[in-house]
Amino acid sequence: MEQLLNLFVKAVFIENMALQMFLGMCTFLAVSKKIETAIGLGVAVVVVQLITVPVNNIIFNQLLREGALDWLGAPELSLEFLGFLCYIGVIAAMVQILEMFLDKFVPSLYNALGVFLPLITVNCAILGATLFMVERDYSFAESIAFGLGSGFGWALAIVALAGIREKLKYSDVPEGLRGLGITFITVGLMSLGFMSLSGVSL
Amino acid sequence: MSGVKQILLTPLFENNPIALQILGVCSALAVTTQLNVTLVMCVALTTVTAFSNLFISLIRNHMPSSIRIIVQMTIIASLVIAVDQFLQAFAYEISKNLSVFVGLIITNCIVMGRAEAFAMKNPPALSFLDGIGNGLGYSLVLIVVASVRELFGSGSLFSIQILPLVENGGWYQANGLMLLSPSAFFIIGFFIWALRSVKKDQVETRDYRIASHSTEEGAF
Repeated sequence: MEQLLNLFVKAVFIENMALQMFLGMCTFLAVSKKIETAIGLGVAVVVVQLITVPVNNIIFNQLLREGALDWLGAPELSLEFLGFLCYIGVIAAMVQILEMFLDKFVPSLYNALGVFLPLITVNCAILGATLFMVERDYSFAESIAFGLGSGFGWALAIVALAGIREKLKYSDVPEGLRGLGITFITVGLMSLGFMSLSGVSL
Repeated sequence: MSGVKQILLTPLFENNPIALQILGVCSALAVTTQLNVTLVMCVALTTVTAFSNLFISLIRNHMPSSIRIIVQMTIIASLVIAVDQFLQAFAYEISKNLSVFVGLIITNCIVMGRAEAFAMKNPPALSFLDGIGNGLGYSLVLIVVASVRELFGSGSLFSIQILPLVENGGWYQANGLMLLSPSAFFIIGFFIWALRSVKKDQVETRDYRIASHSTEEGAF
C-alpha cells in the first residue's frame, strides 16, 4: 500500500506529466485560458487516464507480452509490436464512450469541453502514461496508482497554469512575447517550481 | 512549380507548426538534450507525417467521414510501428534514448493536424510535400533548441566537445539547467519571441489595453 502511495505521489509531483515529462503540451497550452474549462478538461483526463492505463495493462500482460499466449500453445509468440495499435484503439474507444456519456448526462461540461474532448485521444499524456506503464513493467495495482497519479498531476498543472494566465492577461507583455511566448516562459517557471519537490518520497 | 515551393517553405517560418500552430510541442521539448537523438526524432517524424499524408490523401474519397479519425489513427499507428521496429533494429542505442517518444509520434498533433487540415482536401503528391514541409518546420525548431541545450548544457555538439569543460581542464563551466526541463520551455519561449519580432503579423492581439499614463487637472 505504501509503495502504491509513493508511486502516486511520484507521478503527481516529481514526474509531473506536463511540467517534467512535457506530455500533453498541445492541449495544455491551448485550453488553459480559463480556470473552468481547465478544471473540466483536467477531470476528463483523470477519468480517461484511470480507465485506459489499467485496461492497457491487462491487454499488455494477458495478450501481447512474450509468453502471454501460452494457453494457446504458442509460448514464444510475442505480439509486442502490435502494442501501439492496441493502446491507441483502447484510448480512442474510451474517449468516444466518455463523450457519449457526457453528452447524455452532463451536457454543460460536454459543451464547455467542445472540440477538446475528442482531442484527448491525441493527448500525448494519455498514450504516454500507457507507454511508461509498459516500459516500467507495472503490475495491475501499480498501473491504477500510476494512471490516477499522472492524470491528477496533469490536471493540477493545467488548473494552476489557467489561474496564472487569468491574471496574466491584464499585464503589459512585450509585443512579440504576447500570448504563446509568455505562456511558455510561465510554464518554464512552474516547472522550476515543481523541481523543488523532486526530493519528496514517502 | 511555385506552388510546390510554397507548400514546402511556408511551414518553416510563415506557418511554423510549433511556433504558430501550437502543434507537436511535447516531443519538441523532451528529446532535445542531445543533437543526434533530436536528429533521429526529426527524421522519424518527417517520414511519418509525409507518408501518413500520402496514404490518407490517397483514400480520402473512399473514407466515410464518421470513421475517418479511426482510419487515420490506424494508418499513423502502423507507420509508427514500422519506424519503431526499424530504429530498434538499426539504431538500438538511440531508440533506447528516445524511449517512449517514438511511440508518441502517434499522438503528435502535427501528424493528425496535417492529415485533417491538408491531406483530406488535397491530392496525394501535394499532401506528401506538405508533410515533408511541416516535418522540416518542426525539425527547424527542434534543432535550434537542441543545439542551444547541448552546446551550453554539456559544451558539445553531436557529442563532439566544442567548449572544453572545466572538469577536463578547459575553461567552460557547463550550465546544468540547460539539461533540465525548464530550460526547454524558456528556449522555445524566446524562439517564439525572436520569430515574432521579425514577423510582426504573427503577434497576438491583447485582451486588455493598458490605459495610457495621464494626469488630469484637478486630480490632485
